[in-house]
Formats: sequence, C-alpha cells, structure tokens
Amino acid sequence: MALPLSYNWRNLVARKTTTIMTALGIGLTVAVLLSTAAVVEGLQQSLRATAHPLNILVLRKGATAELSSTRSPEEFQVIRSKRGLATGADGQPLAALELVTVIVLENEAIPAGINITVRGISPSSWELRDGLRLAGGRRFQPGRREVVVGKNIAERYPMARIGQKLVFGRGAWEVVGVFDGGRSAINSEILCDINQLASDLNRAQALSSVLIRAQDEVAKQALINDITEDRRLNATAISEAAYYEQQTSSAAPIRYLGIFVAAIMAIGSCFAAMNTMYAAVARRSSEIGTLRVLGFSRYSVLISFLLESLLLSLLGGLVGCLLVAPLNNLQTGLGNFVTFSEITFELRITPPILLTGLGFALVMGSLGGVLPAASAARKQILDALRQV
Amino acid sequence: MSEVVIETRNLTKRFSRGEQTVTALRDANLEVRRGDFLALMGPSGSGKSTLLHLIAAMDRPTSGEIRVLGQDLARMSDGEIARWRNAHIGFVFQSFNLIPVLTALENVELPLKLTRLSKAKRLEHARRALELVGLADRLRHTPRQLSGGQEQRVAIARAIVTDPDLILADEPTGNLDANSARDALTLLSRLNQEFGKTIVMVTHDPHAARAARYVRYLEKGELLPDGQKPEDW
Repeated sequence: MALPLSYNWRNLVARKTTTIMTALGIGLTVAVLLSTAAVVEGLQQSLRATAHPLNILVLRKGATAELSSTRSPEEFQVIRSKRGLATGADGQPLAALELVTVIVLENEAIPAGINITVRGISPSSWELRDGLRLAGGRRFQPGRREVVVGKNIAERYPMARIGQKLVFGRGAWEVVGVFDGGRSAINSEILCDINQLASDLNRAQALSSVLIRAQDEVAKQALINDITEDRRLNATAISEAAYYEQQTSSAAPIRYLGIFVAAIMAIGSCFAAMNTMYAAVARRSSEIGTLRVLGFSRYSVLISFLLESLLLSLLGGLVGCLLVAPLNNLQTGLGNFVTFSEITFELRITPPILLTGLGFALVMGSLGGVLPAASAARKQILDALRQV
Repeated sequence: MSEVVIETRNLTKRFSRGEQTVTALRDANLEVRRGDFLALMGPSGSGKSTLLHLIAAMDRPTSGEIRVLGQDLARMSDGEIARWRNAHIGFVFQSFNLIPVLTALENVELPLKLTRLSKAKRLEHARRALELVGLADRLRHTPRQLSGGQEQRVAIARAIVTDPDLILADEPTGNLDANSARDALTLLSRLNQEFGKTIVMVTHDPHAARAARYVRYLEKGELLPDGQKPEDW
C-alpha cells in the first residue's frame, strides 16, 4: 500500500517557496502551450463555423483558393442547372456567383495596413450563408457602391465603420451596414454587390467562384463528382467544409513555434521539478529510512516521491490554466496563407485544451520526478537514516 | 523454557572504508527468549547498534547466521523483509524519527497503512496506542508541537501499534532529559512486564540499562560473555 497522499501534499506545503517557484515554472510552460492551442482552436472553430455542411464551392481546376480561381457567368449557368441543388425561398436553385479580391486597411496597431477580403456577392449568397445577420445599418443595395462589413472588421478598423468610405476599385464605397456571422471567418470580410465590384475591377467575365447548396449529403457527393468531371467547366468542386479545413494550415507555423518553445521550456521545467525533488529526497533522507524501517517497501517510497512530483506538476498545470483563462474569447487576427488576407477570430480555451495542459504538466512532473524517486527508493536504510 | 526469538551464530559485520576493512561486529553469539528485556551496552563503536540493525534486518551480515522469530533473515528478499518488519518488529529511534508533517495520530497510524485494517480500525488502534503512552490529549499535535519526551512516547506508540513480537530500541533515552527518559523507560518496562513484549534496547546509559531484565556488553565489536563487562566500564 502506498503512503498517504496527504503526506506528499503537506510536504509540498511545508516547503511552499520552492513549491510555488517550481509550480510557476511549470505553469508558464503550460501557459505557452495552451496559448498556442487557443490560437489554433480559435482559428479552427472560426473556419469550421464558416462552412455549411451541404455547401459546395466550385473553383477553376487546379485553383486552391477563391483568389486564384476564375469562373464565368456561362459556367455559372451550367452549374446552376445541375440536378441535386437545393432551392431557395424564391424557388430558384440555391447557387451564387462570387468575386473575391483583397484591399488594404490600416489601423493604429498596423499602420502599414493589412490585406482584407472583399467579396462581391449575389442575392442568393445571403441565403447560402444561414448564420449571417445584420448587426447594424442595412444591407448594400445592388448596383450601388455600398458595402457591409463583418463585425470583426468594424471593431478592428475605425475606417471601416458605418458612414465611413473605403476607397478601392474605381473610387469610394460607403459602409452602410455591419453583419454578424457568429463565430465564422466571414466576419473578417467585406461584402458588396458582385456586379458593381466586377465592373470596378473589369472582371465581368472572370469572377472567382460559385457557391451552391446540395439537397442532401447524397446529392452533395453526386454534385461534386458531376461538376468535377464535367469537361465544359474545367472545375474543381469541393465541399465548403473541406475548403475551410485546408485553411487551418495557416495556424501551422504558430502551432509549430508554440510547440517548439513549449518543448524547450518543458525541458527546463523538467529539470526544475527534478531539482526540487532531488532536494526533497536529500532533505527527507532520514524520513525515507524511517519509512523503510516501518515496513514501507522501496516501491512504496518510489511511488510516493513520484506522486509528489506529479502533485507538484499538477499544481503547475493548474497555474498554467489560470494564466491562460483570461485569453478565452480574446479577439486576434492572423494572416491566412490561402486567401492572403487577415482572418480575425477569438482565442478558445476549451476543456480539452485545459486537459491537454494538465496532461502536459503531468508528463513534465513524471519525467522530472522519476530519477529523484528512484534515488529515494535505492537508498540503503542505514545510509538514509545517517544522512541529516 | 520460553521460545528463542533471536538467535545469532558467529554473526560478523565488516564495513569497507576505502581500502580499509573495519570489523564492526565479530562472531557474535546471542540468544534472546520471548518476554526478555535485554539491554546491549558498550562504549561508542563497540558494535551494539550494528547488532541491533542486523536483528532488525536493516543491514545484512557479512558472515554468520541470524534467525529472528524463526526466520533466516539472510534468505529473505528486500520485499519480504519489509513485510516481515512491519508485522513483527517495532523500532524506537534515539531521535524519535517522527514524520514532521503528520500529526501524532497519523504518525502512529502509519505502520497500519500496510495492513488490511479499515481506516476506522487503524485510527482506533492508533488512538489506543497513544492512550497507552499517555498522549490521548495530543492526537492532533504535530511533532513540532510536542516536547522531546512526548515525541519519544509517540514513537513508542508507533512501535507498538502493530502489536509486534519484538521491540527494538536504539538509545531511546539518548535525546531526553532525565524525567522524560524515566517516563520512556517506565513505558518500555510496562510493555515488557504487562504485555510480555520482548525488548532489545541499545544504550550506554547505566540508568537506562537498569530497566532491562539483563544486560549484555560489547567491546570492540565483540559480544562479551554473559555477566562480563569491558575492563574500563
């Protein structure tokens, strides 16, 4: 039977300064890892929320993003006439031709400006994006140089608030509304009339993409196959969910950097835990001898010191979780390598992320604790009793 | 004749110190019977603690035989010895060796953690042992809140809580004032006389040795024949 956990806990309390310092070290390491995870999770949640499960995006064959794709109105008509499309409120097939470009917006934090996606949309586009609702102002009127901006854009860029004018294409565009797409990445875009934008950019025959909605899952797969194999179209059809899933790769550099920094810090934290536990073993040498005399086996001593190290690291893990908790829902922006524009999203500290942090802390605790615990267990009784 | 609980034959212990070999105990032959209270006396370095440690299986002999409570200790593994020691041996240290972060009650309960007793039973036994040593009112005190004499009484309670066959005490009065030492010795005498516990106590204090039923002396690693003392003692 193992030694009581209260024995370990009280020993940690008894040497509180060392315990706090070690727990803080572990906590900071956990915080670095969890911050990274919060960015990745926030971005992934945002991108996943953008996609409707039955939506299909049609791009030029070979294009991996809307920005590098071209679709003509004729091709749109072919796609629109395909079987299996869901119908909109007006009884027409739910399909929209869209034009995507980027403009540069500045704010105080980024005086040099950053790329923002402008999306020229068709009337069906609103219906194809279910979660989209107006948070302020009104929708743009087709045929007018008006835009509505995503709520993240309105929050981050004062020059893109209602009443302001944005200059791109052939002149100024008035901001007439702000839309809220929930947690989706569409909040980082500016929407306007496709015809007006195509006219400004001289791209009436070279639009970007077609967004359609299938009737159901079976029809969705059939439509993807049908469009991709249709030689008239020279197109790639991909589910909207898969398209946005690809874009989560934008978080890869942050993820790898975070993991790298956390790994380096974790090595340091392991040594800190090891140092603390070696000091504990040395200080409690006589106690170890006494426990052995009372009948506790080497194994019990090993488990006890290992548990103490795990308890210490768990404490560090909890500190790390507390440190990153305020980051939850914090808004940030990240360059999207697929769209070459900024995507804004909220950091997400989810229960699985917190559990990952605690698990990471426990790994550090076990790596840092195993050698000191083994040295405690290896001690000869008389040697242990003689050490003061 | 009562049963022999400790029996040693030519028991020898040598230590290596660098290139030198020191013989701490040489050819010790000893018999202790159930219910005995033996004091091992001798000057520092005479080998009395070494003999006690070998009896408690805290160390292994270099040569010779040792049987304690019928067990040939040389043939037992570390794990077997740990279980055996928990079940049959109560050990009292000179420096009390209580766990500082545990209360008196928890310290006494500690050896019972290795038994199959329920938590309630363990606490009941620990409480009873502390009552026996007169510390029923100090259950929740940590060692730091106790006097030296009280600490040693807690240590004695811990040594008897498993109802061991054999109590081994290494200079139990060495760190106590005269009054506390007397109390501790009275307690050991009671355990021997009223409860029939077999006790082997190492001491170099003649007053302490008087509590024992008989005394054996050691000198320069040799256990002197019964009734014989070191020359300058």
